[in-house]
Amino acid sequence: MQATNILILILGLGVLAFFLGRGRSLALAKPLGGIRKLHSLPSYYGMHVALWCALPSLFLLCMWMLFDDPLINRLVLDSVAAEIAPKDTASYNLLINKISNLADGILPRKGESAALIAAADHLVSLRVISRWSLTALLLTLSSLGLLWGWSRISASFRARPVVEKVMQNILLGCACLAIFTTLGIVLSVLFESIQFFRSVPIFDFVFGLEWSPQTAIREDQVGSSGSFGAVPLFVGTLLVSAVAMVVAVPVGLMSAIYLAEYASRSVRTYAKPALEILAGIPTVVYGFFAALTVAPFLRDLGASFGLSVSSESALAAGGVMGVMIIPFISSLADDVITAVPQSMRDGSLAMGATKSETVRRVIIPAALPGIVGGVMLAISRAIGETMIVVMAAGMAAKLTANPLESVTTVTVQIVTLLTGDQEFDSPKTLAAFALGLMLFTVTLLLNIFALHIVKKYREQYD
Amino acid sequence: MTESANHLEKIKKSLSRRNRAEKRFRWYGRTAILIGLAAVLILFTDIVSKGHGAFRIAYIELEVTYDQDRIGVDNLTDPEELTRGNWEALSKTAMRTEFPEVSGRSDKRRLYGLISSGAGFDLKDRLLENPLLLGETERVWILADDDIDTYYKSWLDGEPYAARMSAKQLEWIDELHQQGKIRLQFNSNLFTRGDSREPEQAGIRGAVMGSLFTLILTLVLSFPIGVSAAIYLEEFAPRNRWTDFIEVNINNLAAVPSIIFGLLGLAIFINFFHVPRSVPIVGGLVLTLMTLPTIIITSRAAIKSVPPSIREAALGMGASKYQTVLHHVLPLSLPGMLTGAIIGMAQALGESAPLLMIGMVAFIVDIPGGFSDPATVLPVQIFLWADSPERAFIEKTSAAIMILLSFLIVMNTVAVWLRKRLERRW
Repeated sequence: MQATNILILILGLGVLAFFLGRGRSLALAKPLGGIRKLHSLPSYYGMHVALWCALPSLFLLCMWMLFDDPLINRLVLDSVAAEIAPKDTASYNLLINKISNLADGILPRKGESAALIAAADHLVSLRVISRWSLTALLLTLSSLGLLWGWSRISASFRARPVVEKVMQNILLGCACLAIFTTLGIVLSVLFESIQFFRSVPIFDFVFGLEWSPQTAIREDQVGSSGSFGAVPLFVGTLLVSAVAMVVAVPVGLMSAIYLAEYASRSVRTYAKPALEILAGIPTVVYGFFAALTVAPFLRDLGASFGLSVSSESALAAGGVMGVMIIPFISSLADDVITAVPQSMRDGSLAMGATKSETVRRVIIPAALPGIVGGVMLAISRAIGETMIVVMAAGMAAKLTANPLESVTTVTVQIVTLLTGDQEFDSPKTLAAFALGLMLFTVTLLLNIFALHIVKKYREQYD
Repeated sequence: MTESANHLEKIKKSLSRRNRAEKRFRWYGRTAILIGLAAVLILFTDIVSKGHGAFRIAYIELEVTYDQDRIGVDNLTDPEELTRGNWEALSKTAMRTEFPEVSGRSDKRRLYGLISSGAGFDLKDRLLENPLLLGETERVWILADDDIDTYYKSWLDGEPYAARMSAKQLEWIDELHQQGKIRLQFNSNLFTRGDSREPEQAGIRGAVMGSLFTLILTLVLSFPIGVSAAIYLEEFAPRNRWTDFIEVNINNLAAVPSIIFGLLGLAIFINFFHVPRSVPIVGGLVLTLMTLPTIIITSRAAIKSVPPSIREAALGMGASKYQTVLHHVLPLSLPGMLTGAIIGMAQALGESAPLLMIGMVAFIVDIPGGFSDPATVLPVQIFLWADSPERAFIEKTSAAIMILLSFLIVMNTVAVWLRKRLERRW
């Protein structure tokens, strides 16, 4: 909460600076004959001072927050007595945690060694120093900025271009956040994956047929082969996505065609939003529905036909996922179908074709690239969908193409590998990042390709 | 016969087949729409039929004596003494007075099983509210155990589900029912309490507060940043490779699976910047990155819909480019941007996969009071409850889903209303 208070303080100073700057510009303008003699409007002079006051301090605050903790920890550990000094990273983290818990009073001090208590006290004092020096520094910096900005104000000072330049850079920074996010994703999954591929060869991972990510703690442990062959996961993911597509593509496409070509205006106004409801339902709700309603229903249905359907079958998860994707496909298809020029329909109808023949022979071929692009986007969504499969698909990796059996998917494994209590750099958690890398690469390629097709197609008729 | 007559004959023959095909095609379309609508209907009916029961819960009326000696507390203001007090003795004694004939260890255990294991603490809270009750006797409605609740509701509906009950317990409940000492009341615990391992004690307050804090942070961060980015891209960006690159990135981020954002949050925020796990801060940051593309894309559409004549008029009057945008374009496109923001927030409210990665899936009893308290969010709470083995949690989960869906419906309705009401057409 310390940071929040400082933040409020800086922003308050900024507001003060704004009014001071504005006031000074007004005072300067008065003897000259009103604000028309100023280069910019008074509020720009105010903004100029406020920016000088707040921006450097905010920057310093961010930097301080980033490097404060590691630096203090380093200092504390350099000063601890040799007998408790850490030997490797794991014990380093443990010790840091312990000292900081002691310092915060979460752990009782009774019974701890004198060296630890000394370190905790050292930590507390360093934190206090850091906090006060930060506050003092920020206040000085803000005041200096305020004074500097304030002193620069004169009737001929070009405040507006300066302020606008700064604003434009801030806007650019916001737009660039998208690039940083992508970069962050790539770096975070890539680094961990490289670390993973050091212990498990990449070839074994991509082409291995067996997935059992338990690494052995003891040599003779049962069922802890620790094999990281991801093919069963890929097959499982494809199976579930294929089931989803079998449900979603025909239903989504046909409803889009019907709504675009046949339905009366009133049907369209009600049916379309009703279908869109499916897109707004959270995936966790679909997961609950799949696991508790659809899966038991399919199992009982299968049993009445003498089929053994697993209660975590790919059919249940995929089917419900397909329902979720229906509105996605139908709205994308609707876009491309309505984008087909009316003249093409008229031409076909004038030649004596029926409406369905027009749709099948003229509109669908014309809209095909867009539809294919939409379906590819839908596939990428199905591959990346998490909650439905986590709740309704299985955990055990099985290499099968039978939708009645239980399979597991890439996303299920990422969740199970990362939600347990695991050390961060064990192969088990790193495997999750390697799977994440695969998932990201595949969906990225699908998306780029699909967006490219859709864009090309749009240009064709624009 | 001429060739054209021949053709005519052929066409006439095929006409009925073609008309049939036309009709069939039309029916395919209708069926597709019906399947979609049926899915909506089945989903909602299923959830409501499973969850409506959770809004009421069984209570048992007992005579409770706040006996000082039994609890072992003299001074109600001493917190240490309060924690040492034997509060369960209150509810247990009350049960024994209600059924004095019960004896034997296992029978007694079954008898105590009728009421919630947290009942003693509820009585403690009641006593602390009215300290005058100490030493007194009163009749109190006490929360029943979840198995009893499930059984009693199913029994009232005419299809008793007694899988986890013993014959004795069934008898006792029958007796209580005949005396009117068991009844269903509005389940206020559902709205006022945090999570619990006991279904009858569990509530969604903690998750709702967690969702609220996470969403506030998401909105505060993603709306200004998203709008700024949209303004830059629409109004100021030069047409060059860098701008194209930004656009490609935004479009791709919109389609990246949400779980990848969870991996990003885990690797960058938690492992690199050491933001604590499970707190709304890190959840809000991850959801911000996730909703940004949505907000940017809708905001750009809103800015695009402002006609160029407005900009030209402002520029013509001598406004700078910034004044044009700030004073004219932005206010006119604000309704569209708000609509986009609400839709983005609705998405973020329903999202759970990335939050599983960053530890918001922990079992947290306390109701979070700020951005840095460990918390969970509503969809993750649903996920956790759906995973719990107790049968009573199915009902709770469905009720939580109903609440989540009603939040989403409200948000989307507001968005639609805003669009209809405030958006201007030129």
